[in-house]
Amino acid sequence: MLLVNRILDISFIRRNHAMRSFITAAWLGWQIESNWADPFLFAVYSIARPIASVMILVVMYSVITDSATEEPIFAYIYLGNALYILVGMIITGVSWAVIDDREHYRTNKQLHTIPMSHFMYLMGRGVARLIIGTISVLITIGFGMLFFKIPITFQLVDWPLLLVSTGLGILALAGLGMIMGSLTMMLARHFWSIGEAVAGALYLFTGAIFPLDVLPSWIRWVGYGIPVTYWLEVARRALLGPDAIGFPTLARFSNLEIIWILGGFSVVLLVLSYFFYRWSLHTAKEKGLIDLESSY
Amino acid sequence: MSSLPELKQARGFKLFWQTVWARAYPRIVGSTREVSWMFFETVLPLLGVAGYVFVYKAINAPPDYIGFVVVGGAMTAFWLNVLWSMASQLYWDKDAGNLELYIVSPGPMMAILLGMSIGGLVFAGVRAVVILVLGSLLFGVVYSTGSLILLVLVFAVTMIALYGMGMMFASVFLAAGREAWHLSNLFQEPIYLASGFYFPVKAMGFWVATIASIIPLTLGLDAMRQLLFTSDPTLGFLSVPIEIAVLLVLCVFFITGAYFMLNKLEEIGRREGRLTERRR
Repeated sequence: MLLVNRILDISFIRRNHAMRSFITAAWLGWQIESNWADPFLFAVYSIARPIASVMILVVMYSVITDSATEEPIFAYIYLGNALYILVGMIITGVSWAVIDDREHYRTNKQLHTIPMSHFMYLMGRGVARLIIGTISVLITIGFGMLFFKIPITFQLVDWPLLLVSTGLGILALAGLGMIMGSLTMMLARHFWSIGEAVAGALYLFTGAIFPLDVLPSWIRWVGYGIPVTYWLEVARRALLGPDAIGFPTLARFSNLEIIWILGGFSVVLLVLSYFFYRWSLHTAKEKGLIDLESSY
Repeated sequence: MSSLPELKQARGFKLFWQTVWARAYPRIVGSTREVSWMFFETVLPLLGVAGYVFVYKAINAPPDYIGFVVVGGAMTAFWLNVLWSMASQLYWDKDAGNLELYIVSPGPMMAILLGMSIGGLVFAGVRAVVILVLGSLLFGVVYSTGSLILLVLVFAVTMIALYGMGMMFASVFLAAGREAWHLSNLFQEPIYLASGFYFPVKAMGFWVATIASIIPLTLGLDAMRQLLFTSDPTLGFLSVPIEIAVLLVLCVFFITGAYFMLNKLEEIGRREGRLTERRR
Protein backbone atom coordinates (compact mmCIF):
# COMPACT_ATOMS: atom_id res chain seq x y z
CA MET A 1 0.00 0.00 0.00
CA LEU A 2 2.95 2.27 0.77
CA LEU A 3 4.19 2.09 -2.80
CA VAL A 4 0.73 2.70 -4.20
CA ASN A 5 0.28 5.74 -1.93
CA ARG A 6 3.56 7.17 -3.16
CA ILE A 7 2.54 6.67 -6.78
CA LEU A 8 -0.86 8.21 -6.13
CA ASP A 9 0.89 11.21 -4.50
CA ILE A 10 2.78 12.09 -7.68
CA SER A 11 1.24 15.41 -8.69
CA PHE A 12 0.45 14.43 -12.28
CA ILE A 13 -1.35 11.29 -11.11
CA ARG A 14 -3.07 13.03 -8.18
CA ARG A 15 -4.71 15.44 -10.61
CA ASN A 16 -5.55 12.77 -13.18
CA HIS A 17 -8.86 11.08 -12.45
CA ALA A 18 -8.34 8.21 -14.92
CA MET A 19 -4.80 7.42 -13.76
CA ARG A 20 -5.88 7.36 -10.11
CA SER A 21 -8.64 4.88 -10.94
CA PHE A 22 -6.22 2.77 -12.98
CA ILE A 23 -3.49 2.56 -10.31
CA THR A 24 -5.86 1.93 -7.43
CA ALA A 25 -7.59 -0.82 -9.40
CA ALA A 26 -4.26 -2.40 -10.34
CA TRP A 27 -3.29 -2.51 -6.65
CA LEU A 28 -6.69 -3.91 -5.70
CA GLY A 29 -6.45 -6.55 -8.44
CA TRP A 30 -3.04 -7.66 -7.19
CA GLN A 31 -4.37 -7.96 -3.63
CA ILE A 32 -7.28 -10.07 -4.81
CA GLU A 33 -5.13 -12.33 -6.98
CA SER A 34 -2.31 -12.88 -4.56
CA ASN A 35 -3.07 -12.03 -0.94
CA TRP A 36 -5.95 -14.37 -0.34
CA ALA A 37 -4.02 -17.53 -1.00
CA ASP A 38 -1.22 -19.16 0.92
CA PRO A 39 1.98 -17.67 -0.66
CA PHE A 40 3.45 -21.13 -1.28
CA LEU A 41 0.30 -22.37 -2.99
CA PHE A 42 0.10 -19.16 -4.99
CA ALA A 43 3.72 -19.52 -6.17
CA VAL A 44 3.25 -23.18 -7.08
CA TYR A 45 0.04 -22.32 -8.88
CA SER A 46 1.70 -19.51 -10.84
CA ILE A 47 4.60 -21.73 -11.89
CA ALA A 48 3.14 -25.24 -12.16
CA ARG A 49 0.31 -24.43 -14.55
CA PRO A 50 2.35 -22.76 -17.30
CA ILE A 51 5.18 -25.26 -17.01
CA ALA A 52 2.73 -28.17 -17.20
CA SER A 53 0.97 -26.58 -20.15
CA VAL A 54 4.20 -26.25 -22.12
CA MET A 55 5.39 -29.71 -21.02
CA ILE A 56 2.29 -31.26 -22.60
CA LEU A 57 3.51 -29.93 -25.95
CA VAL A 58 7.11 -30.94 -25.23
CA VAL A 59 6.08 -34.53 -24.51
CA MET A 60 3.77 -34.63 -27.56
CA TYR A 61 6.61 -33.34 -29.72
CA SER A 62 9.22 -35.65 -28.18
CA VAL A 63 7.09 -38.79 -28.54
CA ILE A 64 6.75 -38.24 -32.27
CA THR A 65 10.15 -36.79 -33.17
CA ASP A 66 12.23 -38.87 -30.77
CA SER A 67 13.13 -35.75 -28.76
CA ALA A 68 14.47 -33.72 -31.70
CA THR A 69 14.30 -30.53 -29.65
CA GLU A 70 17.17 -28.96 -31.59
CA GLU A 71 14.89 -28.56 -34.65
CA PRO A 72 13.84 -24.93 -35.30
CA ILE A 73 10.13 -25.81 -35.20
CA PHE A 74 10.49 -26.91 -31.56
CA ALA A 75 11.73 -23.50 -30.41
CA TYR A 76 8.88 -21.86 -32.35
CA ILE A 77 6.25 -24.13 -30.78
CA TYR A 78 7.76 -23.72 -27.30
CA LEU A 79 8.01 -19.93 -27.45
CA GLY A 80 4.57 -19.60 -29.05
CA ASN A 81 3.03 -21.52 -26.19
CA ALA A 82 5.05 -19.63 -23.56
CA LEU A 83 4.09 -16.20 -24.94
CA TYR A 84 0.48 -17.28 -25.32
CA ILE A 85 0.17 -17.45 -21.52
CA LEU A 86 0.05 -13.66 -21.61
CA VAL A 87 -2.77 -13.71 -24.18
CA GLY A 88 -4.98 -15.91 -22.02
CA MET A 89 -4.27 -13.91 -18.87
CA ILE A 90 -4.97 -10.49 -20.39
CA ILE A 91 -8.05 -11.50 -22.38
CA THR A 92 -9.71 -13.14 -19.39
CA GLY A 93 -8.49 -10.60 -16.81
CA VAL A 94 -11.16 -7.94 -17.28
CA SER A 95 -13.97 -10.50 -17.63
CA TRP A 96 -13.02 -12.01 -14.30
CA ALA A 97 -12.91 -8.58 -12.68
CA VAL A 98 -16.49 -7.95 -13.84
CA ILE A 99 -17.61 -11.36 -12.58
CA ASP A 100 -15.83 -10.94 -9.23
CA ASP A 101 -17.28 -7.48 -8.57
CA ARG A 102 -20.77 -8.40 -9.69
CA GLU A 103 -21.28 -11.97 -8.50
CA HIS A 104 -18.69 -12.72 -5.87
CA TYR A 105 -18.04 -9.53 -3.90
CA ARG A 106 -21.34 -7.93 -4.95
CA THR A 107 -19.78 -4.46 -5.05
CA ASN A 108 -20.69 -3.42 -8.58
CA LYS A 109 -23.43 -1.05 -7.45
CA GLN A 110 -21.01 0.78 -5.16
CA LEU A 111 -18.30 0.86 -7.82
CA HIS A 112 -20.64 2.58 -10.24
CA THR A 113 -21.73 5.21 -7.73
CA ILE A 114 -18.29 6.42 -6.64
CA PRO A 115 -16.39 9.14 -8.52
CA MET A 116 -13.93 7.18 -10.66
CA SER A 117 -13.35 6.22 -14.29
CA HIS A 118 -14.86 2.74 -14.46
CA PHE A 119 -13.25 2.07 -17.86
CA MET A 120 -9.79 2.73 -16.40
CA TYR A 121 -10.73 0.82 -13.26
CA LEU A 122 -11.42 -2.30 -15.33
CA MET A 123 -8.19 -1.80 -17.27
CA GLY A 124 -6.36 -1.57 -13.95
CA ARG A 125 -7.95 -4.73 -12.64
CA GLY A 126 -6.52 -6.54 -15.66
CA VAL A 127 -2.99 -5.42 -14.74
CA ALA A 128 -2.67 -7.91 -11.88
CA ARG A 129 -3.18 -10.79 -14.25
CA LEU A 130 -0.77 -9.17 -16.70
CA ILE A 131 1.90 -9.19 -13.95
CA ILE A 132 1.21 -12.84 -13.05
CA GLY A 133 1.19 -13.73 -16.75
CA THR A 134 4.52 -11.96 -17.34
CA ILE A 135 6.13 -13.84 -14.45
CA SER A 136 4.79 -17.11 -15.85
CA VAL A 137 6.11 -16.31 -19.34
CA LEU A 138 9.58 -15.49 -18.00
CA ILE A 139 9.68 -18.67 -15.90
CA THR A 140 8.50 -20.79 -18.83
CA ILE A 141 11.07 -19.32 -21.23
CA GLY A 142 13.83 -19.68 -18.60
CA PHE A 143 12.77 -23.31 -18.07
CA GLY A 144 13.01 -23.92 -21.82
CA MET A 145 16.47 -22.35 -22.08
CA LEU A 146 17.68 -24.40 -19.14
CA PHE A 147 16.22 -27.81 -19.92
CA PHE A 148 15.52 -27.81 -23.66
CA LYS A 149 18.27 -25.53 -24.91
CA ILE A 150 15.88 -23.06 -26.53
CA PRO A 151 18.38 -21.04 -28.61
CA ILE A 152 17.94 -17.61 -27.02
CA THR A 153 21.18 -15.67 -26.70
CA PHE A 154 20.90 -12.36 -24.85
CA GLN A 155 23.35 -10.66 -27.22
CA LEU A 156 21.35 -11.73 -30.26
CA VAL A 157 17.90 -10.83 -28.95
CA ASP A 158 16.51 -7.81 -30.79
CA TRP A 159 15.49 -5.97 -27.60
CA PRO A 160 13.96 -2.85 -29.21
CA LEU A 161 11.85 -5.03 -31.50
CA LEU A 162 10.82 -7.25 -28.57
CA LEU A 163 9.85 -4.31 -26.35
CA VAL A 164 7.96 -2.38 -29.05
CA SER A 165 6.11 -5.45 -30.32
CA THR A 166 5.24 -6.63 -26.81
CA GLY A 167 4.04 -3.16 -25.84
CA LEU A 168 1.80 -3.00 -28.89
CA GLY A 169 0.71 -6.60 -28.38
CA ILE A 170 -0.31 -5.87 -24.80
CA LEU A 171 -2.28 -2.80 -25.88
CA ALA A 172 -4.11 -4.84 -28.53
CA LEU A 173 -4.79 -7.56 -25.98
CA ALA A 174 -5.99 -4.99 -23.45
CA GLY A 175 -8.47 -3.77 -26.08
CA LEU A 176 -9.64 -7.34 -26.67
CA GLY A 177 -9.83 -7.93 -22.91
CA MET A 178 -11.97 -4.81 -22.45
CA ILE A 179 -14.31 -5.96 -25.22
CA MET A 180 -14.64 -9.34 -23.48
CA GLY A 181 -15.18 -7.64 -20.12
CA SER A 182 -17.82 -5.33 -21.60
CA LEU A 183 -19.55 -8.31 -23.16
CA THR A 184 -19.51 -10.00 -19.76
CA MET A 185 -21.38 -7.03 -18.27
CA MET A 186 -24.31 -7.79 -20.59
CA LEU A 187 -24.42 -11.54 -20.03
CA ALA A 188 -26.46 -13.34 -17.43
CA ARG A 189 -25.18 -16.80 -18.35
CA HIS A 190 -21.89 -18.33 -19.49
CA PHE A 191 -20.10 -15.12 -18.52
CA TRP A 192 -17.41 -17.10 -16.72
CA SER A 193 -16.47 -19.05 -19.82
CA ILE A 194 -16.58 -16.37 -22.51
CA GLY A 195 -13.05 -15.00 -21.94
CA GLU A 196 -11.51 -18.44 -21.70
CA ALA A 197 -13.46 -19.63 -24.72
CA VAL A 198 -12.15 -16.76 -26.85
CA ALA A 199 -8.61 -17.31 -25.55
CA GLY A 200 -8.97 -21.00 -26.46
CA ALA A 201 -10.21 -20.15 -29.93
CA LEU A 202 -7.35 -17.74 -30.54
CA TYR A 203 -4.92 -20.51 -29.53
CA LEU A 204 -6.10 -22.42 -32.57
CA PHE A 205 -6.19 -19.62 -35.12
CA THR A 206 -3.07 -17.58 -34.28
CA GLY A 207 -0.37 -20.11 -35.08
CA ALA A 208 0.80 -20.15 -31.47
CA ILE A 209 1.79 -23.81 -31.51
CA PHE A 210 1.74 -24.80 -35.17
CA PRO A 211 2.14 -22.99 -38.51
CA LEU A 212 -1.14 -21.59 -39.82
CA ASP A 213 -0.41 -23.41 -43.09
CA VAL A 214 -1.42 -26.66 -41.35
CA LEU A 215 -4.99 -25.37 -41.01
CA PRO A 216 -7.43 -26.02 -43.86
CA SER A 217 -7.19 -23.12 -46.32
CA TRP A 218 -10.83 -22.05 -45.73
CA ILE A 219 -10.21 -21.11 -42.09
CA ARG A 220 -6.58 -20.02 -42.35
CA TRP A 221 -7.61 -16.43 -43.12
CA VAL A 222 -9.09 -16.06 -39.60
CA GLY A 223 -5.56 -15.98 -38.19
CA TYR A 224 -4.59 -13.03 -40.39
CA GLY A 225 -7.38 -10.95 -38.81
CA ILE A 226 -6.10 -11.43 -35.24
CA PRO A 227 -3.34 -9.19 -33.79
CA VAL A 228 -2.00 -12.06 -31.65
CA THR A 229 -0.79 -13.82 -34.81
CA TYR A 230 1.47 -10.88 -35.64
CA TRP A 231 2.67 -10.31 -32.08
CA LEU A 232 3.64 -13.96 -31.59
CA GLU A 233 5.50 -13.98 -34.90
CA VAL A 234 7.50 -10.81 -34.31
CA ALA A 235 8.21 -11.62 -30.64
CA ARG A 236 9.57 -15.02 -31.66
CA ARG A 237 11.72 -13.41 -34.34
CA ALA A 238 13.05 -10.89 -31.80
CA LEU A 239 13.87 -13.59 -29.24
CA LEU A 240 15.47 -16.10 -31.59
CA GLY A 241 17.57 -13.59 -33.51
CA PRO A 242 17.93 -12.85 -37.21
CA ASP A 243 19.20 -16.29 -38.30
CA ALA A 244 16.31 -18.31 -36.83
CA ILE A 245 14.17 -20.30 -39.22
CA GLY A 246 10.53 -19.66 -38.39
CA PHE A 247 7.11 -20.71 -39.53
CA PRO A 248 6.48 -19.92 -43.21
CA THR A 249 3.11 -18.25 -42.45
CA LEU A 250 4.26 -14.61 -42.21
CA ALA A 251 7.70 -15.07 -43.79
CA ARG A 252 6.88 -12.58 -46.57
CA PHE A 253 6.39 -9.73 -44.04
CA SER A 254 9.36 -7.76 -42.72
CA ASN A 255 9.59 -6.94 -39.00
CA LEU A 256 8.67 -3.33 -39.66
CA GLU A 257 5.60 -4.30 -41.67
CA ILE A 258 4.40 -6.54 -38.85
CA ILE A 259 4.97 -3.73 -36.32
CA TRP A 260 2.83 -1.39 -38.43
CA ILE A 261 0.06 -3.97 -38.71
CA LEU A 262 0.22 -4.63 -34.96
CA GLY A 263 0.16 -0.89 -34.21
CA GLY A 264 -2.91 -0.49 -36.42
CA PHE A 265 -4.68 -3.31 -34.61
CA SER A 266 -3.81 -1.81 -31.22
CA VAL A 267 -5.25 1.62 -32.05
CA VAL A 268 -8.40 0.19 -33.62
CA LEU A 269 -9.03 -2.25 -30.77
CA LEU A 270 -8.46 0.32 -28.02
CA VAL A 271 -10.80 2.85 -29.63
CA LEU A 272 -13.35 0.14 -30.39
CA SER A 273 -13.13 -1.21 -26.83
CA TYR A 274 -13.93 2.24 -25.39
CA PHE A 275 -17.07 2.68 -27.48
CA PHE A 276 -18.09 -0.94 -26.97
CA TYR A 277 -17.64 -0.50 -23.22
CA ARG A 278 -19.90 2.58 -23.20
CA TRP A 279 -22.57 0.81 -25.21
CA SER A 280 -22.34 -2.32 -23.03
CA LEU A 281 -22.57 -0.30 -19.83
CA HIS A 282 -25.66 1.49 -21.09
CA THR A 283 -27.26 -1.82 -22.18
CA ALA A 284 -26.40 -3.51 -18.88
CA LYS A 285 -27.95 -0.63 -16.93
CA GLU A 286 -31.02 -0.59 -19.12
CA LYS A 287 -31.57 -4.34 -18.72
CA GLY A 288 -30.86 -4.26 -14.99
CA LEU A 289 -27.81 -6.49 -15.36
CA ILE A 290 -25.28 -4.16 -13.80
CA ASP A 291 -25.58 -5.58 -10.27
CA LEU A 292 -27.03 -8.93 -11.23
CA GLU A 293 -26.40 -11.80 -8.83
CA SER A 294 -27.32 -14.75 -10.98
CA SER A 295 -25.54 -17.46 -8.92
CA TYR A 296 -25.24 -19.16 -12.31
CA MET B 1 -60.40 -26.05 5.73
CA SER B 2 -58.92 -28.64 3.37
CA SER B 3 -56.68 -31.22 4.96
CA LEU B 4 -53.08 -31.50 3.82
CA PRO B 5 -52.03 -34.80 2.20
CA GLU B 6 -50.27 -37.01 4.66
CA LEU B 7 -46.54 -37.21 3.99
CA LYS B 8 -44.90 -40.53 4.61
CA GLN B 9 -41.52 -40.17 6.17
CA ALA B 10 -38.72 -41.75 4.14
CA ARG B 11 -36.15 -43.79 6.00
CA GLY B 12 -33.19 -46.02 5.27
CA PHE B 13 -32.52 -46.82 1.65
CA LYS B 14 -35.59 -44.91 0.44
CA LEU B 15 -34.34 -41.75 2.12
CA PHE B 16 -30.89 -42.30 0.65
CA TRP B 17 -32.30 -42.81 -2.85
CA GLN B 18 -34.64 -39.82 -2.63
CA THR B 19 -31.77 -37.61 -1.47
CA VAL B 20 -29.60 -38.82 -4.37
CA TRP B 21 -32.35 -38.01 -6.84
CA ALA B 22 -33.12 -34.66 -5.23
CA ARG B 23 -29.50 -33.54 -5.61
CA ALA B 24 -29.09 -35.00 -9.11
CA TYR B 25 -32.38 -33.48 -10.32
CA PRO B 26 -31.31 -29.81 -10.67
CA ARG B 27 -28.18 -30.85 -12.54
CA ILE B 28 -29.93 -33.16 -14.99
CA VAL B 29 -33.15 -31.26 -15.51
CA GLY B 30 -31.50 -27.84 -15.19
CA SER B 31 -29.29 -28.59 -18.17
CA THR B 32 -32.34 -29.12 -20.37
CA ARG B 33 -33.94 -25.83 -19.33
CA GLU B 34 -31.13 -23.66 -20.65
CA VAL B 35 -29.51 -25.40 -23.59
CA SER B 36 -27.18 -22.57 -24.61
CA TRP B 37 -24.51 -24.21 -22.43
CA MET B 38 -24.15 -26.81 -25.18
CA PHE B 39 -22.38 -24.28 -27.39
CA PHE B 40 -20.04 -23.01 -24.67
CA GLU B 41 -19.34 -26.43 -23.20
CA THR B 42 -18.91 -28.43 -26.39
CA VAL B 43 -18.02 -26.42 -29.47
CA LEU B 44 -15.57 -24.09 -27.75
CA PRO B 45 -13.59 -26.82 -25.90
CA LEU B 46 -13.39 -28.60 -29.23
CA LEU B 47 -11.25 -25.72 -30.48
CA GLY B 48 -8.67 -26.49 -27.77
CA VAL B 49 -8.69 -30.16 -28.78
CA ALA B 50 -8.28 -29.10 -32.42
CA GLY B 51 -5.17 -27.11 -31.45
CA TYR B 52 -3.46 -30.26 -30.18
CA VAL B 53 -4.62 -32.23 -33.25
CA PHE B 54 -2.96 -29.68 -35.53
CA VAL B 55 0.27 -29.88 -33.52
CA TYR B 56 0.37 -33.61 -34.25
CA LYS B 57 -0.44 -32.91 -37.90
CA ALA B 58 2.35 -30.32 -38.08
CA ILE B 59 4.92 -32.87 -36.89
CA ASN B 60 3.49 -35.70 -39.02
CA ALA B 61 2.35 -37.94 -36.17
CA PRO B 62 0.71 -41.32 -36.97
CA PRO B 63 -3.11 -41.05 -37.31
CA ASP B 64 -3.76 -42.89 -34.01
CA TYR B 65 -2.26 -39.96 -32.09
CA ILE B 66 -5.01 -37.72 -33.42
CA GLY B 67 -7.45 -40.25 -31.97
CA PHE B 68 -5.55 -40.12 -28.66
CA VAL B 69 -6.10 -36.35 -28.54
CA VAL B 70 -9.81 -36.60 -29.37
CA VAL B 71 -10.43 -39.27 -26.72
CA GLY B 72 -8.29 -37.39 -24.18
CA GLY B 73 -10.06 -34.13 -25.01
CA ALA B 74 -13.44 -35.79 -24.45
CA MET B 75 -12.31 -37.14 -21.09
CA THR B 76 -11.26 -33.66 -19.91
CA ALA B 77 -15.00 -33.00 -19.56
CA PHE B 78 -15.15 -35.50 -16.69
CA TRP B 79 -12.01 -34.23 -15.02
CA LEU B 80 -13.18 -30.61 -15.16
CA ASN B 81 -16.56 -31.68 -13.86
CA VAL B 82 -14.98 -33.51 -10.94
CA LEU B 83 -12.78 -30.51 -10.10
CA TRP B 84 -15.30 -27.70 -10.46
CA SER B 85 -18.64 -29.37 -9.82
CA MET B 86 -17.66 -32.03 -7.29
CA ALA B 87 -14.50 -31.11 -5.42
CA SER B 88 -15.30 -27.40 -5.21
CA GLN B 89 -19.05 -27.85 -4.89
CA LEU B 90 -19.38 -28.04 -1.11
CA TYR B 91 -17.32 -24.86 -0.89
CA TRP B 92 -19.66 -23.13 -3.41
CA ASP B 93 -22.60 -24.51 -1.44
CA LYS B 94 -21.20 -23.08 1.78
CA ASP B 95 -20.74 -19.73 0.05
CA ALA B 96 -24.31 -19.79 -1.28
CA GLY B 97 -25.77 -20.91 2.05
CA ASN B 98 -26.84 -24.39 0.91
CA LEU B 99 -24.39 -26.39 3.00
CA GLU B 100 -26.18 -25.62 6.25
CA LEU B 101 -29.44 -26.77 4.66
CA TYR B 102 -27.84 -30.06 3.61
CA ILE B 103 -26.58 -30.64 7.13
CA VAL B 104 -29.84 -29.87 8.92
CA SER B 105 -31.83 -31.99 6.46
CA PRO B 106 -32.34 -35.69 7.32
CA GLY B 107 -30.75 -36.77 3.99
CA PRO B 108 -27.30 -38.39 4.36
CA MET B 109 -24.39 -36.28 3.08
CA MET B 110 -23.04 -39.27 1.15
CA ALA B 111 -26.32 -39.37 -0.77
CA ILE B 112 -25.99 -35.67 -1.54
CA LEU B 113 -22.48 -36.23 -2.88
CA LEU B 114 -23.66 -39.23 -4.89
CA GLY B 115 -26.49 -37.17 -6.34
CA MET B 116 -24.00 -34.50 -7.31
CA SER B 117 -21.89 -37.17 -9.01
CA ILE B 118 -24.76 -38.63 -11.00
CA GLY B 119 -25.95 -35.21 -12.11
CA GLY B 120 -22.40 -34.18 -13.00
CA LEU B 121 -21.77 -37.41 -14.85
CA VAL B 122 -24.79 -36.86 -17.08
CA PHE B 123 -23.83 -33.24 -17.74
CA ALA B 124 -20.16 -34.03 -18.46
CA GLY B 125 -21.17 -37.12 -20.44
CA VAL B 126 -23.08 -35.00 -22.94
CA ARG B 127 -20.09 -32.71 -23.37
CA ALA B 128 -17.72 -35.67 -23.78
CA VAL B 129 -19.94 -37.40 -26.35
CA VAL B 130 -20.27 -34.25 -28.45
CA ILE B 131 -16.50 -33.64 -28.41
CA LEU B 132 -15.88 -37.29 -29.24
CA VAL B 133 -18.37 -37.42 -32.11
CA LEU B 134 -17.51 -34.04 -33.64
CA GLY B 135 -13.77 -34.52 -33.14
CA SER B 136 -13.87 -37.99 -34.69
CA LEU B 137 -15.88 -36.80 -37.69
CA LEU B 138 -13.82 -33.64 -38.25
CA PHE B 139 -10.45 -35.35 -38.03
CA GLY B 140 -11.39 -38.73 -39.47
CA VAL B 141 -10.49 -40.82 -36.42
CA VAL B 142 -10.82 -44.56 -36.99
CA TYR B 143 -11.56 -46.74 -33.95
CA SER B 144 -11.14 -50.46 -33.42
CA THR B 145 -14.42 -51.93 -32.21
CA GLY B 146 -13.15 -55.31 -31.02
CA SER B 147 -13.96 -55.34 -27.29
CA LEU B 148 -17.00 -53.17 -26.77
CA ILE B 149 -18.03 -54.87 -23.51
CA LEU B 150 -14.54 -54.45 -22.08
CA LEU B 151 -14.57 -50.82 -23.17
CA VAL B 152 -17.87 -50.17 -21.38
CA LEU B 153 -16.52 -51.93 -18.29
CA VAL B 154 -13.33 -49.83 -18.28
CA PHE B 155 -15.35 -46.64 -18.71
CA ALA B 156 -17.78 -47.56 -15.92
CA VAL B 157 -15.05 -48.49 -13.44
CA THR B 158 -13.08 -45.34 -14.32
CA MET B 159 -16.11 -43.14 -13.72
CA ILE B 160 -16.95 -44.76 -10.38
CA ALA B 161 -13.36 -44.32 -9.18
CA LEU B 162 -13.14 -40.79 -10.58
CA TYR B 163 -16.36 -39.55 -9.03
CA GLY B 164 -15.45 -41.34 -5.78
CA MET B 165 -12.31 -39.25 -5.85
CA GLY B 166 -14.44 -36.16 -6.46
CA MET B 167 -16.58 -37.04 -3.42
CA MET B 168 -13.46 -37.34 -1.30
CA PHE B 169 -11.99 -34.12 -2.67
CA ALA B 170 -15.21 -32.27 -1.80
CA SER B 171 -14.29 -32.55 1.90
CA VAL B 172 -10.65 -31.64 1.28
CA PHE B 173 -11.55 -28.58 -0.78
CA LEU B 174 -14.16 -27.50 1.76
CA ALA B 175 -11.44 -27.54 4.40
CA ALA B 176 -9.16 -25.55 2.07
CA GLY B 177 -11.73 -22.71 2.01
CA ARG B 178 -10.97 -19.89 -0.38
CA GLU B 179 -7.91 -21.71 -1.68
CA ALA B 180 -10.24 -24.30 -3.25
CA TRP B 181 -10.32 -22.07 -6.30
CA HIS B 182 -6.53 -22.14 -6.66
CA LEU B 183 -6.46 -25.88 -5.97
CA SER B 184 -8.91 -26.55 -8.78
CA ASN B 185 -6.86 -24.39 -11.13
CA LEU B 186 -3.69 -26.12 -10.01
CA PHE B 187 -5.11 -29.55 -10.80
CA GLN B 188 -5.88 -28.81 -14.45
CA GLU B 189 -2.83 -28.67 -16.77
CA PRO B 190 -0.48 -30.54 -14.38
CA ILE B 191 -2.96 -33.44 -14.31
CA TYR B 192 -3.45 -33.30 -18.10
CA LEU B 193 0.31 -33.70 -18.31
CA ALA B 194 0.83 -36.39 -15.67
CA SER B 195 -2.18 -38.46 -16.73
CA GLY B 196 -1.36 -38.33 -20.45
CA PHE B 197 -4.56 -36.75 -21.70
CA TYR B 198 -2.99 -35.95 -25.08
CA PHE B 199 -0.33 -38.66 -25.43
CA PRO B 200 0.24 -42.20 -24.13
CA VAL B 201 1.05 -41.95 -20.42
CA LYS B 202 3.88 -44.43 -20.95
CA ALA B 203 5.84 -41.54 -22.49
CA MET B 204 6.09 -39.97 -19.04
CA GLY B 205 8.24 -42.84 -17.81
CA PHE B 206 7.41 -45.68 -15.42
CA TRP B 207 7.55 -43.81 -12.11
CA VAL B 208 5.61 -40.74 -13.18
CA ALA B 209 2.95 -42.95 -14.81
CA THR B 210 2.78 -45.10 -11.66
CA ILE B 211 2.34 -42.10 -9.36
CA ALA B 212 -0.17 -40.53 -11.77
CA SER B 213 -2.19 -43.77 -11.64
CA ILE B 214 -3.74 -42.53 -8.40
CA ILE B 215 -5.85 -40.35 -10.72
CA PRO B 216 -8.35 -42.87 -12.13
CA LEU B 217 -8.36 -41.23 -15.55
CA THR B 218 -4.69 -42.13 -16.07
CA LEU B 219 -5.29 -45.87 -16.20
CA GLY B 220 -8.83 -45.49 -17.55
CA LEU B 221 -7.64 -43.47 -20.54
CA ASP B 222 -4.72 -45.80 -21.12
CA ALA B 223 -6.98 -48.86 -21.11
CA MET B 224 -9.56 -47.20 -23.37
CA ARG B 225 -6.85 -46.22 -25.86
CA GLN B 226 -5.49 -49.75 -25.88
CA LEU B 227 -8.97 -51.02 -26.72
CA LEU B 228 -9.82 -48.31 -29.25
CA PHE B 229 -6.49 -48.09 -31.12
CA THR B 230 -4.73 -51.33 -31.85
CA SER B 231 -2.11 -50.26 -34.39
CA ASP B 232 0.70 -50.18 -31.81
CA PRO B 233 0.09 -52.48 -28.82
CA THR B 234 3.36 -51.36 -27.19
CA LEU B 235 1.92 -47.91 -26.37
CA GLY B 236 -0.06 -49.15 -23.35
CA PHE B 237 1.35 -48.62 -19.85
CA LEU B 238 -0.04 -51.79 -18.21
CA SER B 239 -2.23 -54.56 -19.60
CA VAL B 240 -5.98 -53.83 -19.65
CA PRO B 241 -6.91 -56.49 -17.01
CA ILE B 242 -4.30 -55.10 -14.59
CA GLU B 243 -5.56 -51.58 -15.17
CA ILE B 244 -9.15 -52.68 -14.48
CA ALA B 245 -8.03 -54.39 -11.26
CA VAL B 246 -6.21 -51.24 -10.07
CA LEU B 247 -9.24 -49.12 -10.95
CA LEU B 248 -11.47 -51.39 -8.87
CA VAL B 249 -9.13 -50.92 -5.91
CA LEU B 250 -9.29 -47.15 -6.47
CA CYS B 251 -13.11 -47.31 -6.47
CA VAL B 252 -13.16 -48.88 -3.02
CA PHE B 253 -10.40 -46.60 -1.72
CA PHE B 254 -11.97 -43.33 -2.83
CA ILE B 255 -15.55 -44.09 -1.83
CA THR B 256 -14.49 -45.34 1.60
CA GLY B 257 -12.17 -42.36 1.92
CA ALA B 258 -15.00 -39.99 0.99
CA TYR B 259 -17.21 -41.48 3.71
CA PHE B 260 -14.62 -41.14 6.46
CA MET B 261 -13.35 -37.72 5.41
CA LEU B 262 -16.85 -36.32 5.19
CA ASN B 263 -17.66 -37.53 8.69
CA LYS B 264 -14.39 -36.19 10.05
CA LEU B 265 -14.83 -32.81 8.40
CA GLU B 266 -18.40 -32.52 9.62
CA GLU B 267 -17.30 -33.34 13.16
CA ILE B 268 -14.45 -30.78 13.10
CA GLY B 269 -16.67 -28.22 11.43
CA ARG B 270 -19.41 -28.62 14.04
CA ARG B 271 -16.94 -28.48 16.92
CA GLU B 272 -15.18 -25.35 15.65
CA GLY B 273 -18.32 -23.73 14.26
CA ARG B 274 -16.85 -23.35 10.78
CA LEU B 275 -19.31 -25.28 8.68
CA THR B 276 -21.36 -22.24 7.83
CA GLU B 277 -18.66 -19.62 8.22
CA ARG B 278 -18.35 -17.88 4.87
CA ARG B 279 -15.34 -15.67 5.40
CA ARG B 280 -12.76 -18.37 4.78
